[in-house]
Amino acid sequence: MMTNHGNRLTQGQFSFLPELTDKQITAQIEYALSKNWALGVEYTDDPHPRNTYWEMYGNPMFDLKDASAILTEVNACRKTFPRHYIRVTAFDATQGVESVQMSYIVNRPKTEPGFGLTRQEIGGRQIQYTVHSYATDKPEGERY
Amino acid sequence: MSNSSIPGVRAETPVTTATASHPADTPPVALGLARSVGEVLAQSQVEEVIAELDRDLVGLAPVKARIRDIAALLVIDKLRTNLGLVSEAPSLHMNFVGNPGTGKTSVAMRMAQILHRLGYVRKGHLVAVTRDDLVGQYIGHTAPKTKEVLKKAMGGVLFIDEAYYLYRPENERDYGQEAIEILLQVMENQRDDLVVILAGYKDRMDIFFESNPGMSSRVAHHINFPDYSVDELLQISQKMLQEQNYVFAPDADTMFQRYLSLRVQQPHFANARSVRNALDRARLRQASRLFADRDRQLSADDLRTLTASDFAASRVFQQADVRPVT
Repeated sequence: MMTNHGNRLTQGQFSFLPELTDKQITAQIEYALSKNWALGVEYTDDPHPRNTYWEMYGNPMFDLKDASAILTEVNACRKTFPRHYIRVTAFDATQGVESVQMSYIVNRPKTEPGFGLTRQEIGGRQIQYTVHSYATDKPEGERY
Repeated sequence: MSNSSIPGVRAETPVTTATASHPADTPPVALGLARSVGEVLAQSQVEEVIAELDRDLVGLAPVKARIRDIAALLVIDKLRTNLGLVSEAPSLHMNFVGNPGTGKTSVAMRMAQILHRLGYVRKGHLVAVTRDDLVGQYIGHTAPKTKEVLKKAMGGVLFIDEAYYLYRPENERDYGQEAIEILLQVMENQRDDLVVILAGYKDRMDIFFESNPGMSSRVAHHINFPDYSVDELLQISQKMLQEQNYVFAPDADTMFQRYLSLRVQQPHFANARSVRNALDRARLRQASRLFADRDRQLSADDLRTLTASDFAASRVFQQADVRPVT
């Protein structure tokens, strides 16, 4: 039985929902700005769940006050990396928190091959399991 | 800035609906229901800002009249939209011309508030820049720099001080032209996102607009800031002193008025800014006058009062070769 049709990547917020529209993304950005969080745009073509450090597109936007400016940046990133995963993060710089409060995917490749389960036999007939992204069999930049 | 985010992210945010979260942006009551000018004014609280403008800024009658006109247009436009009479968003880019110290920046700040209250800009902040913030040092440096500033100003007002410096005809390889082109593009295409206010001296701005017809046609409002009269300058000085907890001694204000009437005729007079500097120098003289008398017990009045002699020592009187009568 296929549990995840189309192998959609489900990481971060809203990932089980249909793609967010620009209007919805803007509303989410507004929310983050109202909390004084700094927005950032990040991209990757290696979406392994343990790969938490994606590349940052441009600088973290600590000084922008308006959502439309950040959406401009999101669109610029989509234009540069149309076939990568792109996410928007909202960073809370409050002392003691200093971590990402929101993270959601705003762009994904047309086809997502998904992950395979790899079994490794170790001593005593035990099995070790791990997941492996089919896309990463190809070199960087040619994955999607 | 990324971290082990995904599992830890808390989805406490309003999910999906685009209408869910605009806490700070919307005016207190829905402007969309207003049918009369009074309702729009009451709901947007524009009148408060205009009244504040009247109260805080001395003189500037033509500027205030013009701002009232613009506010009126915006209010009527709101009413038209409410009744479904669609019109294109008015072009709100402005040009403030006037001599230094005539209050261009202060008015720009108020303008941002007015536009925000009426809902024409979303955030109502003012980003003040000069040529250095827009124009780069080498090829390919200008565009990102200008775009960065524009992004910062989105949702608010971009105030470009001494805007005529952007265009330097004497150097054909100057990067200012590039900044102007990017500005023009954004001024035209993203009118809802930001309002640009250019400011500068009259003659130079005229040349700037003549040589940039594209810019000239995109700026709808040209507002002229007149020089202050001596009486107005005196009023301004009283306001400034009040803010800093100083007062004129009974005869000091006439002395200061004499000072001002001489000073305005001299070159490099920068209106309110010169007044502030003159007052700062008077404070300096007051301080050393009090300092000289070590054993005296100083009362609060002594410490607050600027006397005529504090002004009479000014260089202006000597240069003008008029002995002040003390």
